[in-house]
Amino acid sequence: MKRIEKLEMKGICKSFVGVKANRNVDLTIEKGDILGLLGENGAGKTTLMNILYGLYMPDEGQVLVNGEPLHLKSPKDSMKAGIGMIHQHFMLIQKHTVLENIALGYAEAPFLFPQKYMRKRIEEYSRKFGLEVDPDKKIWELSAGEQQRVEILKALLRNADLLIMDEPTSVLTPPEADELFEILRKMIGEGHSVILISHKLEEIISICNRVMVMRKGEVTGAAEIKDVTKVDLARMMIGREISASYEKAALEPGDPVLEIASLSVNSDQGLPIVKDFSMTVRRNEILGIAGVSGNGQREMVEAVTGLRRAEKGTVKLQGREVTNKSARTIHNLGINHVPEERIKFGTVANLQLFENSVLKKHHEKPYSTNMLMNYPLIKNHADSIIEKYHVDAASINVPVKNLSGGNMQKLILGREIASEPSLLIAAHPTYGLDVGAAEYIRKELIHARDRGGAVLLVSEDLEELFQVCDKIAVMFEGRIMGIVDPSDCDIDDIGLMMAGTSVGLKGEKN
Amino acid sequence: MLEIITSILVRTVVAGTPLLLGTLGEVISERAGILNLGVEGMMSLGAATGFIVTFTTGNPWLGLMAATIAGALISVIHAFVTVSLRANQVVSGLALTMLGLGLSGLWGKPYIGRPLTTKMHAIRIPVLSDIPVIGKVLFYQDPYFYLSVALGILVWFLMKHTKVGITVRSVGENPKAAETLGINVARVKYLCVMAGGAFAGMAGAHLSTAYSKSWIEGMTSGRGWIVIALTIFALWEPSRAFVGAYVFGGIFVIQYVLQPLGISPNLLAMLPYATTLGVLLFYGMSKKGKRRMSAPATLGEPYIRGSR
Ligand SMILES: Nc1ncnc2c1ncn2[C@@H]1O[C@H](COP(=O)(O)OP(=O)(O)OP(=O)(O)O)[C@@H](O)[C@H]1O
Ligand SMILES: [Mg+2]
Repeated sequence: MKRIEKLEMKGICKSFVGVKANRNVDLTIEKGDILGLLGENGAGKTTLMNILYGLYMPDEGQVLVNGEPLHLKSPKDSMKAGIGMIHQHFMLIQKHTVLENIALGYAEAPFLFPQKYMRKRIEEYSRKFGLEVDPDKKIWELSAGEQQRVEILKALLRNADLLIMDEPTSVLTPPEADELFEILRKMIGEGHSVILISHKLEEIISICNRVMVMRKGEVTGAAEIKDVTKVDLARMMIGREISASYEKAALEPGDPVLEIASLSVNSDQGLPIVKDFSMTVRRNEILGIAGVSGNGQREMVEAVTGLRRAEKGTVKLQGREVTNKSARTIHNLGINHVPEERIKFGTVANLQLFENSVLKKHHEKPYSTNMLMNYPLIKNHADSIIEKYHVDAASINVPVKNLSGGNMQKLILGREIASEPSLLIAAHPTYGLDVGAAEYIRKELIHARDRGGAVLLVSEDLEELFQVCDKIAVMFEGRIMGIVDPSDCDIDDIGLMMAGTSVGLKGEKN
Repeated sequence: MLEIITSILVRTVVAGTPLLLGTLGEVISERAGILNLGVEGMMSLGAATGFIVTFTTGNPWLGLMAATIAGALISVIHAFVTVSLRANQVVSGLALTMLGLGLSGLWGKPYIGRPLTTKMHAIRIPVLSDIPVIGKVLFYQDPYFYLSVALGILVWFLMKHTKVGITVRSVGENPKAAETLGINVARVKYLCVMAGGAFAGMAGAHLSTAYSKSWIEGMTSGRGWIVIALTIFALWEPSRAFVGAYVFGGIFVIQYVLQPLGISPNLLAMLPYATTLGVLLFYGMSKKGKRRMSAPATLGEPYIRGSR
């Protein structure tokens, strides 16, 4: 097979009902390039890449490889041409093992006993690239970060000439992301090329050699990385500069809102994953949970929100014990939750946008009275969320699955923050948001705190934690390694604690 | 006493054979995400075709082949309607049942009541068939029995240990993910529906050329529906289809044994369905079972390419 020396997309147009997702887009990438693709949520990046991967048919335009037109009717064609893709939303089969997921459609796997063959390959690759996953685990047992690792492995094993990565690092920790970029550099050296979509500007600056910016379906700029700075990129993307620091009112933490005492929780496999975990979140306080995904954060949050059984310990909400109460009871007491798997647990994909905007409150006044929904009010509510949180959608009457990934996330956040809960639990809230939207969400979190709410923020983005939190607890293997004050602590110490090393802390410990 | 038990067991295995074949087919189809409620019709068409071809050619093997092909062919209608046109699978399946029953009734009319003169001879496996009870039950049966067991093991093996199995299961669980890996989802679904039809056709041929050796209209008498229940009973696992088929086959036989004792046949006819409900209840109440019980994730849903 001939290698891809140069790939061009010319005059690509694609419309969906009510939106022009791509308008006359041109893109060129040559062997050895890492092209960064930037753009606000809903700019049309994923759509463009899906066209290149053969998942969507363009309305107009063509793709040329080495100067010759390439007819892409399905991913099979693009795979044959040497194109691989890591999708923004996981393309994994929940009930299957990691092995089976990677073996699916893998050409070199033998007909008989493909799992056996894949096990060897996976072990080889995960060692080579430092991407650890248990090949026998079912996908539903994995955290978002682990699922992302599976996706990356799946793509690397296919050894594509041109690898498209649609926000591959959104749920990875910084060391994991660095590891991934090391791999990419190696690939470039071997003559591969990469298209990287990311909302993290540092990443684009550090790894790409060229960048292309899209806005509302059109290409609005392109540059060599050496000619631009982070600030330039942000300006190209959203037309203004972003703030690097956030203002917070100086507030003393108030009464405890959430008190967790010696909580123990089991994983899906029935093994202890949260061990003797104690923590307090107070009014006027944002408490951050740092840690590599898979260290019990998800299970801890699920136990607190009533989605998972607590084996031991107690959870108190504003002084009331709520341990192992139902999710609805807990929600009604004023906990709102932005889950880490937003599509699966945060929305109902086939319901319309306005219906999704009142989920969990739809059965209550004022959204419904005597079993009848108050649609005019619900639609008003949806309109206000859309406006306030800049959700970019064709209308409020589209199924929520048609929104771009980032806009779906904005909708969920808007819904959860707008009802002014006494405790907001947000897992990776800015994951997948463009820099402008992420900035806005962080401000909203701080606003929720200043208003008198408590916020529990689970994130792997240390910078974000440092920007907004009043305290950061580092979680490792189900335990708290330490609680630090971000204004008085070194970011490297947290990195060490996340890896399980105790550090002599200046900050308090409990 | 031993003789009675042996004879009940022998008849159980014979009665279980078409159920096993049908269930295997439905498992394949549903694993790829297509619910096919047309089993009764496909089976009936297979029975009629199998009988007519065997009767006219005198060769029961040709009859089996024709029935298999007939089953696969009529199932293409279901595949076209549900995969290509993305219509409702329940409606299409019910229509297929009526179509199959109608066609077989029409074509089979001249053959009603005419006995077959040829049949497949039972195969006696030397030595093993001399074991008391078991020998008669397992090693001195007609070829259909061996065929169904071999196919059952084959389907189990394919599903679990081969690439094809992973592909089929993935298509039923998450067709979009399968498509991103270059799988032709529509083709997999077509082939699986057709495999389901072929199996149902075989089951029908067994009924008319081996089990009763004659054709009458409606001779499938609800076995197609039992197969649907059995597929759920088996929790979409070929290995459990064996257990289910023979248990349900046994229930069929016991109906005849118990009827003279004054137990209402209607009550007994209900047993297969009641058992299925029981199994669902049992699994539904255990925590571990709940996970295993879940049907293929996109069962019954049409797949639209290029949608989110
Ligand atoms: N299958 C579809 N049906 C309808 N509308 C769609 C579909 N796919 C994308 N869109 C719309 O096209 C626009 C571009 O979406 P796209 O997913 O390409 O954005 P994006 O740049 O990847 O954004 P994000 O950073 O949030 O992932 C959005 O307005 C989205 O709602
Ligand atoms: Mg996208």
